[in-house]
Amino acid sequence: METLAMHISNGIVNGPVAAVFAAFALAVLTLCVLRGRRDLDDRLAPMAGLVAAFIFAVQMLNFPIFTAGVSGHLLGGALAALLVGPWVGALCVAVVLVVQALVFGDGGVAMLGLNITNMAVLGTAVGYLLIALLLRVLPRTPVGLAVTAFVSALVSVVVASQGFVLQYWLGGTTDLGGNLAGLAGTMAGAHLLIGIGEGLITATTVVTVAKVRPDLVYALRALKPAAPAPVVPVAGGAR
Amino acid sequence: MSKRPWGFVVGGLLVALLLAGVVSNYASSHPDGLDSSLLKGCTVDAEGEITGGTCPAQQTRDHELADSPLADYGVRGLDNDFLSTGLSGVLGVLLTFAVGGGVFWLLRRRGPRPGAGHVAGPAGGDGAVGDRAGGDPAGGGHGDDASRVANSR
Repeated sequence: METLAMHISNGIVNGPVAAVFAAFALAVLTLCVLRGRRDLDDRLAPMAGLVAAFIFAVQMLNFPIFTAGVSGHLLGGALAALLVGPWVGALCVAVVLVVQALVFGDGGVAMLGLNITNMAVLGTAVGYLLIALLLRVLPRTPVGLAVTAFVSALVSVVVASQGFVLQYWLGGTTDLGGNLAGLAGTMAGAHLLIGIGEGLITATTVVTVAKVRPDLVYALRALKPAAPAPVVPVAGGAR
Repeated sequence: MSKRPWGFVVGGLLVALLLAGVVSNYASSHPDGLDSSLLKGCTVDAEGEITGGTCPAQQTRDHELADSPLADYGVRGLDNDFLSTGLSGVLGVLLTFAVGGGVFWLLRRRGPRPGAGHVAGPAGGDGAVGDRAGGDPAGGGHGDDASRVANSR
């Protein structure tokens, strides 16, 4: 059997804990709709649809991570946060996860709240916090943008993986014999390597978009550099 | 500044369709970071089936919609793996764009972006430009166009 499931499957975390996270995810996504509407205009709305479709596509591309028999794939939180902002970005990842659960049988429907909490909420939030920090201190050059994208994507993946560890601690269906740290370590190690792939994909994608259409990169519009230096567009400034 | 994004969106969609429709067939079929962590403690055979030991993945239960025509990123009834994976990816990209794009289009703000177009404030700006656009047939419906018309007077 070729398993293509990529997200938390039914039965891994118990029903009550899954329900609590479903309620949490619903509350956060509602907040994202309310705050995201401020960002969503005629330009951002089609861009957000594209970001969701692009994340769906790249999530299908499992890459080897140089650990025997283990692969990884994009989660997309930092990428979405860079391109369309944190609120709309979280909604983009959530749309992908809902389509995958309801149409592609990937990630249990009952587990959607867990998957959305880890990848859409945690991944995007942590990603954007680092983006906001790094874009203010790093130079507004393609290299500065690439480093921002790489680091924020890598860290967001590792944090998202630890979100699952928390959920498993609360409601995991197998008794690990007190060895939760073992699971945390395995998850962190694998996702550190996956995060390198995530970082490379995120940096490549965002730098490419910034070269073609810098006005379509939300983070470059919304986050002003710390120093009151003249704003140099990333692409145009690379002369 | 307010260039339309549509050309870029169409180009990006073509890239996504190529990735999901063709490149997806060259993806690694090994379990991902989550799955492999949940298999720790078990032994698996070449097909990925659990053959012994104790691990969290043994508690996995069937998906509610395992009978979906596109379950497991394949098109049911299509025997050619390459076509099955590729077509499911193409359909997934189009469906995700339709659902996401549709929801975001319905949620979007009408009118100008607050603070853009050198208007004083969000509330005042919306009202002023709305009035101008409403009273001026040449103003059109697009916020930035409308505010440019308003400013040019």
